[in-house]
Amino acid sequence: MTITRRQTFIMALGATVAAAMPFRAFATATEDSIAAFTGGATMGEGGLTLTAPEIAENGNTVPVTVDAPGAVSILLLATGNPTPNAATFNFGPLAASQMASTRIRLAKTQNVMAIAKMADGSFVQATQEVKVTIGGCGG
Amino acid sequence: MADNVKPKVRVPKTAAAGDTITLKTLISHPMESGQRKDDAGNLIPRSIINRFTADFNGQNVIDVTMEPAISTNPYFEFETLVPEAGTFTFTWYDDDGSVYTESQDIAIG
Repeated sequence: MTITRRQTFIMALGATVAAAMPFRAFATATEDSIAAFTGGATMGEGGLTLTAPEIAENGNTVPVTVDAPGAVSILLLATGNPTPNAATFNFGPLAASQMASTRIRLAKTQNVMAIAKMADGSFVQATQEVKVTIGGCGG
Repeated sequence: MADNVKPKVRVPKTAAAGDTITLKTLISHPMESGQRKDDAGNLIPRSIINRFTADFNGQNVIDVTMEPAISTNPYFEFETLVPEAGTFTFTWYDDDGSVYTESQDIAIG
């Protein structure tokens, strides 16, 4: 069987759609988590620093730091994980800075996202891509 | 209750009143995510610590809600104010209802 130019094009299109499908499923879970945290409010940029390595050799422990001066709480999301929520930091009256570090699991290369709720009720977000060499969700 | 759960915290012995200090906490816990399977292919049920709090003399410093994406042996680092001498209390809440606490005194000096 010879493959024409048109057939090649259609096959490529199908492959692209198939590849995009699982991402869509995760994106929905991420959107749900974001909506639950922000209540659908629009998010700004700036005022929130998310520090994560560009490349993580081991997805089982990826050090992440969030820092948002004036924040009430910060939601940390691993958008490519089966359950995207990683942690929510709520800062009390004695917190000297709205900064926290922890270690999270990343199933694969993905965007790590942080959303900070500011004292005035506004939301800001920051995203960073982390390339994962070995995934951290077992299996 | 998960085996060998051992909290470790690092708090300076002394600080000046009103100072900002950095606290580091680590607790040994497998943090089973509920995503992994055993050799027979059965899903291992989720068993994690789902909440961590740090308080100083009854006032809250940080309250963290944890999900399965937190690594084995959860580690936290954060900054706190020390208005007076007193006691830091760290509490971890396990999925199975266990509560692990650790406290550490700090003096002004």
